Amino acid sequence: MTAVDPKELREFSQGADAWFRDNVPADPGFMLPLTFMEVGTDQQFNFLRDWQCKVWEAGYLGAAWPKDYGGGGLDQSFQKAATEAMRRHNAPIMLNAIGLNWTGPLLLDMGSEEQKQNYIKRILSAEDVWCQGFSEPENGSDLGNAQLRAVRDGDDYVLNGSKIWTTHGSYAKHMILLARTNFDAPNKYAGLSFFLAPMDAAGIETTPIRKLTGEFGFTQTFFTDARIPADCLMGEEGQGWLIAMRTLEYERGARGGQAGGYVITPLDAFSILELAKKAQRDGAPVMDDPVMRDRLVEFLIEAQGLKLCQERGRIAPLNTDRPMALSLTGKLMWTEFARRLNEFAITLLGAKGGYYVGDESAVDDGLWTRGYLNAFSATIGGGTSEIQRNIIGQHVLGLPKK
Amino acid sequence: MENLGRLGFSEEQADLLEVATNFCRDKSPIDKVRKLIESDSGFNPEVWKDIVGLGWLRIAIPEEYGGVGLSLGEAAPVMEQLGRFMLASPFLSTTLAAQAVLAGGTEEQKQHLLPKIVEGAIATLALTEDSGDWDLSQISARAEKDGDEIVLSGKKLFVCDAVSAHWFIVSVSMDHKPALVLVDRKQLPEGALRRETIIDETKRSYALTLDGIRVNVSAMFDPHKVRSALSHIHLTANLLAAAEMVGATQAVIDYTIDYLTTRKQFGRLIGSYQALKHPTVDAFMGYEQARSHLYSAAHCFNEQGTGEVATRMAKAEADKALSYAADRSIQFHGGFGFTYDCDAQLYRRRAIWHASQFGDAAYHRKKLAELLL
Repeated sequence: MTAVDPKELREFSQGADAWFRDNVPADPGFMLPLTFMEVGTDQQFNFLRDWQCKVWEAGYLGAAWPKDYGGGGLDQSFQKAATEAMRRHNAPIMLNAIGLNWTGPLLLDMGSEEQKQNYIKRILSAEDVWCQGFSEPENGSDLGNAQLRAVRDGDDYVLNGSKIWTTHGSYAKHMILLARTNFDAPNKYAGLSFFLAPMDAAGIETTPIRKLTGEFGFTQTFFTDARIPADCLMGEEGQGWLIAMRTLEYERGARGGQAGGYVITPLDAFSILELAKKAQRDGAPVMDDPVMRDRLVEFLIEAQGLKLCQERGRIAPLNTDRPMALSLTGKLMWTEFARRLNEFAITLLGAKGGYYVGDESAVDDGLWTRGYLNAFSATIGGGTSEIQRNIIGQHVLGLPKK
Repeated sequence: MENLGRLGFSEEQADLLEVATNFCRDKSPIDKVRKLIESDSGFNPEVWKDIVGLGWLRIAIPEEYGGVGLSLGEAAPVMEQLGRFMLASPFLSTTLAAQAVLAGGTEEQKQHLLPKIVEGAIATLALTEDSGDWDLSQISARAEKDGDEIVLSGKKLFVCDAVSAHWFIVSVSMDHKPALVLVDRKQLPEGALRRETIIDETKRSYALTLDGIRVNVSAMFDPHKVRSALSHIHLTANLLAAAEMVGATQAVIDYTIDYLTTRKQFGRLIGSYQALKHPTVDAFMGYEQARSHLYSAAHCFNEQGTGEVATRMAKAEADKALSYAADRSIQFHGGFGFTYDCDAQLYRRRAIWHASQFGDAAYHRKKLAELLL
């Protein structure tokens, strides 16, 4: 990477700032999803798809991806500046999370030239939305035990089985799919293969799943003698686990190279201060209560600690003993923090903590209760917090698996 | 939230971190730590000479007094590694005393003491009293003028490394206002020092009876700087304590992992059980966050406002992290954890000690509430 010209970066950053100021859409009049996992209506989907495409066309998404595939070919610091501008102006989320954050970097990293040409640009423009077929009804945390069967038949693979928790399942054009091609492999991992599967193949059907929030957003996906071309296989047969693990590193943020922007509305821990300032107990402000003050400060310290951990992760001499620690702990620390923060925020609402999305008197349109319930999507999805503790225990601390 | 700090790390800090890690690992294996517990002074004078030779006392002292004139934050990696290997020395006491002189001493006092301190002369602070109050301006020890002299009375507690110290910086109340007085070891009457029995056996602490001590008026610190000096001492003590605790947290987690990866029960390594694995991960994440806070505090220590917030956060988080990690370490060592031979107790005691001095986690959160809410 060539050195960044600070003047050029500054101008880019100012340009991004002005662009988002002028182009962030006004309230569309319907509820916008806080995260990519909550896109439940066509109205929401179309709105966010148009928005993502517009951001990409303006050069503020994929700015650091290669020019040949629709990126901006710039240094990572440019995309970072664009994302910061996005955040400053409270822009809506990027829709195509699985494309932008895990499929895209995976293909740029391990994909063939043809795959890059076919998919990357359409991921950025949101023309092709991607979904992920990893978890199965009977195999969630034990992902390596996935049983969906893929049998080679001439120029096709024939798929049978089911995947679950498919975010964007009913909208996606393609799926990154973990399937079993060999039931006689020496171990469960060696029998897995990785596919870039078209969702419009005959025999693939999706059924929406209603979440604990009452919203839709993902599906169960059924494969019944579904035929996909054999060239959908990524890598070789038997390499599925390796590629899936790499994908999870992108998903959990342990590996960089994502397109940029955010797919989850950034959690502003300090916004609970505003909430607390308005809250009242026994005729007095909550901010006068020493117990509540202590809890608030605990959250502020933790929010600051998480931010500082990100900064420290970039300072090599402060990461010598366990170099992967900060990147592998990030998902667990942030998602659990977000869940507890939302939970605490509800208590600040007093009696109005009982309202939910849709009531005209709900504080911040029910943001906090909805946020709390939705926070579980991140403490469960992408590997539950309990699985994260296993991974950190084993891969960072060297604790035994068995 | 404009008074929240950022994180940076200088080349000097990186160099010091590497040198300090190797030095402390070499000089302070745990059997030596335990042997020094039995000694009077609590430290090895040869190792102290080495520390002086490494120039660590010069770090945060201006060049005009024989130092190298860096920020105090540059000493954080040194203190962290001293804590990690439990290397006992009067470094903490002497660094604090030197900072007190810089913050509140007269020009003559600075010229008199600092060049000797950088050469290894030991100095310490006598601030805490029987009330146990962490507010350093709550003082009942007294100083009264008698001609050219000042007559001291009352009692100070938790005077660290007093038996080895050449100088004591003593807080007293004079004309109902806080004052700081420099006392030379030669001015102490017979029996003025009593060794205290403290929770952290690797440290040395004394009660100091002031009755009968007379010093010249020139021993007074600059009266206009006393209040700011006391708050500077408070923050400096907490930054250094946080560093020592963060180092200890890393050590006790490593010590626990060692056991979890070698001890077997029911035919399995006990570290494979999630009941032990998961809390160990939680302890580790507490350490990671505390360490990030520490280096942020070190980075912005000298910034008005930001430095105080970052330092209090660092001490609060270091207390929480070390207390939890050491508490779980005792538990996870089972029966052995309950013995004196298990090192987990050393770290748990260290945590209790530092929580008891200059404010625990809850105290600093209370101060942060005043600063942030």
